[in-house]
Amino acid sequence: MRADSGETLQASDGAGLRLEDGNRVGVVGAGPAGSFFAYFLLEMADRVGLDLRVEIVESRDFLQPSPQGCNMCGGIVSESLVQNLAAEGINLPATVIQRGIDSYHLHMDVGSVRIETPLHEMRIGAVHRGSGPRDVQLHDWESFDHHLLQKAIGKGARVVRERADGLEIEAGRPVLKLRGGGREHYDLLAVAVGVNSPIVQAFEAAGIGYTTPAVTRTFIREYHLGRDLISRTIGSSMHVFLLTIPRLEFAAVIPKGDYVTVCLLGEDIDNELVKAFLDAPEVRRCFPPDWQPDLKSCQCMPHINVRGPDRPYSDRILFVGDCGVTRLYKDGIGAAYRTAKAAARTAVFEGISADAFHRCYGPVCGTIAADNVMGRLAFVFTRVVRHMRVARKAILRMTVAEQRRPGESRRMSGILWDMFSGSAPYKDIFLRMLQPACVAGFAWAFARSLWPAAAASGDRRETLS
Amino acid sequence: MSNGVMGRIYEDGEILVRQGEVGDCMFVIQEGEVEIVLEKDGHQTVLNRVGAGELIGEMAIFLHEVRSATVRASGRARALTIDKKNFLRRINEDPSVAFRIVETMSRRIRGLSDQVGELRNQLREAGRTEA
Repeated sequence: MRADSGETLQASDGAGLRLEDGNRVGVVGAGPAGSFFAYFLLEMADRVGLDLRVEIVESRDFLQPSPQGCNMCGGIVSESLVQNLAAEGINLPATVIQRGIDSYHLHMDVGSVRIETPLHEMRIGAVHRGSGPRDVQLHDWESFDHHLLQKAIGKGARVVRERADGLEIEAGRPVLKLRGGGREHYDLLAVAVGVNSPIVQAFEAAGIGYTTPAVTRTFIREYHLGRDLISRTIGSSMHVFLLTIPRLEFAAVIPKGDYVTVCLLGEDIDNELVKAFLDAPEVRRCFPPDWQPDLKSCQCMPHINVRGPDRPYSDRILFVGDCGVTRLYKDGIGAAYRTAKAAARTAVFEGISADAFHRCYGPVCGTIAADNVMGRLAFVFTRVVRHMRVARKAILRMTVAEQRRPGESRRMSGILWDMFSGSAPYKDIFLRMLQPACVAGFAWAFARSLWPAAAASGDRRETLS
Repeated sequence: MSNGVMGRIYEDGEILVRQGEVGDCMFVIQEGEVEIVLEKDGHQTVLNRVGAGELIGEMAIFLHEVRSATVRASGRARALTIDKKNFLRRINEDPSVAFRIVETMSRRIRGLSDQVGELRNQLREAGRTEA
C-alpha cells in the first residue's frame, strides 16, 4: 500500500520486506484474532527455523468477570470452526465450552420447530469470552479468550499489560505508543482489536490508509438461571427467533453453563425494542414461567463490523479479525481464525510488505467480503419471510416435515441450520436456496399454506419441539 | 464444572468406523481411547490404540476407497467428527491445515517401518530356531 505520507512508509517492492531472526512482532489485542495470529505465527516460524519475539499488547484481564474481562460477543464457536480447530490440534476442553449445542429451535409466530444437528453430535460450542457476567459467583470455568491466549503464550508469545494509545511510523517501521508513555518499535505490527475499542480511530488517524469498518449496534444480555433449570427449559438448543417485531432483524437465546445469553440484531436497538422482544409470547415460552426479564446479570450494546476496510494492510502493518474483514453477523470468531492464520502464513512465507499482504492475505479477506454480499441477499430473504405470514408457514411446514422423516434430504432444515449456525459460506446457502428441488418444495409448502383447510390443519399440527 | 463437551460419546465396543464401509469423515479423539482393528478371514487383529488428541480415519479424506480397518471404542470414549467436505474446503483455502495430517501419517509410517523391521527380525529368529 502506498500511504499518503509517503516519506514515513517504506515503499513496497514486493519482495524486500521479510521477517528475519530476532525480529519483534507486536500484536495489539488478545482477543481470538490476536491470539490466533500469535499462535500460528510462532508455530509456522518454528517450522521454518525462524526465531521471532512476539509481544501481545493487552490491558484487559480475561480472568476478571464483567466487562473488564469481556469482549462483548454472543460467544458461539461454529460447527466448522470447532472442526477446523480440532484438525489443527486445538481441542476446546469442557472447562471452556459452557454448553455443547446439539440443535436449533426456530420460533416464529406461526409455530416452532427443532432442527437437529445433522450427525446428532455436539459440534457447536457456547462459550464465555471473558470470565462471565458481572454477578458471577462460582468461577469454575475458563474464559475462551483466556484459553486461546494461553495457547499463544505456550508457543512463546509474551503479554505486555499495557493499553495501546496510538501509532507512528519511524524509518518505515511501526511504533506503538502506549498509554503508560512507552514507545515500542516493531518489525511487524498486527492489529487485532475489536471495533468497540477507541484505538481503531487512532489507527485511522495514523495516515497508513486504514479506514475503520462500517458498524451496526447489537444488544447482548445475560441472565442467571442455573444449570439445572436451563437443562430443563432451554436445554442444549440455541433458540432463534424470526418475529414480526418492527426493527428486529434476528434474535437468539443461547444457553451457557449457569447463564443464558440473549442477542438481538436490528435497526436502532433501544429499550423499547428489547422490551418488545422479551415480552413476546414466543420468547416467554422458552423461559421458566416465573422468569423476570428485568433481573439481568449483565448487558451491553456493542457494535459489530458489517463492512471492513478495502485494504486491511500496509507495509509491516496488518489488521485481522473484527477491525479488518469479518463475516457478516455470524461466526466472527471463525473469521478471526481464518484471517489471523492467513496473515501469519503470509508474514512467515511471503513477506511483510503491503504487496505480499495484497497477494496472499488480501484474497482471504476478499473471499469473506464477497461472501458477505451473498449473506446480505440471504438476509433479504429472511426479511421477506418475516413480513409474509404465508412464507413463514411454508418454511415451518417444510422444515417440520423434513425433521419427521429422518434419512431423507433435508433441504430447508440444512439451509436454516447453516444460516443460524454460520457453519457454511453464505454463497453455499444462497445457491442451495435456488436449487430446483428446494424451490419446488418451498412452492408446494407455500401453496398448501395458502389453502385455507390445509393451512388450518397445519396450524394445529406443525409445531415440532 | 461446565457441562459443555464437544463430539459424541461412544460406549465400550461401539463402532466409530467399520471396515469396508465408504467413509466421508475423520475423527479427533477428545477423551478415552479407541482401537483400530483389522478384520480378515473371520479373525480380528488389533493394530493400534489411539487416545485423546489423535486423528483417525484420515485416509477417507483423501482416498476414494472403503475404510481399511474398523475403529471401536476401548472403554468409554468421546470423538469429534470432521466432515470431508468442510475439511477439503478449508484445505483449499489454507493448505497448511493438512500439515497435522501429514505429521500424523509420517509418524504412523515410521511406526509401521519399525514394526516391519521387528517382524522380519522375529521371522529370521524363528527360521534359525527351526534350522
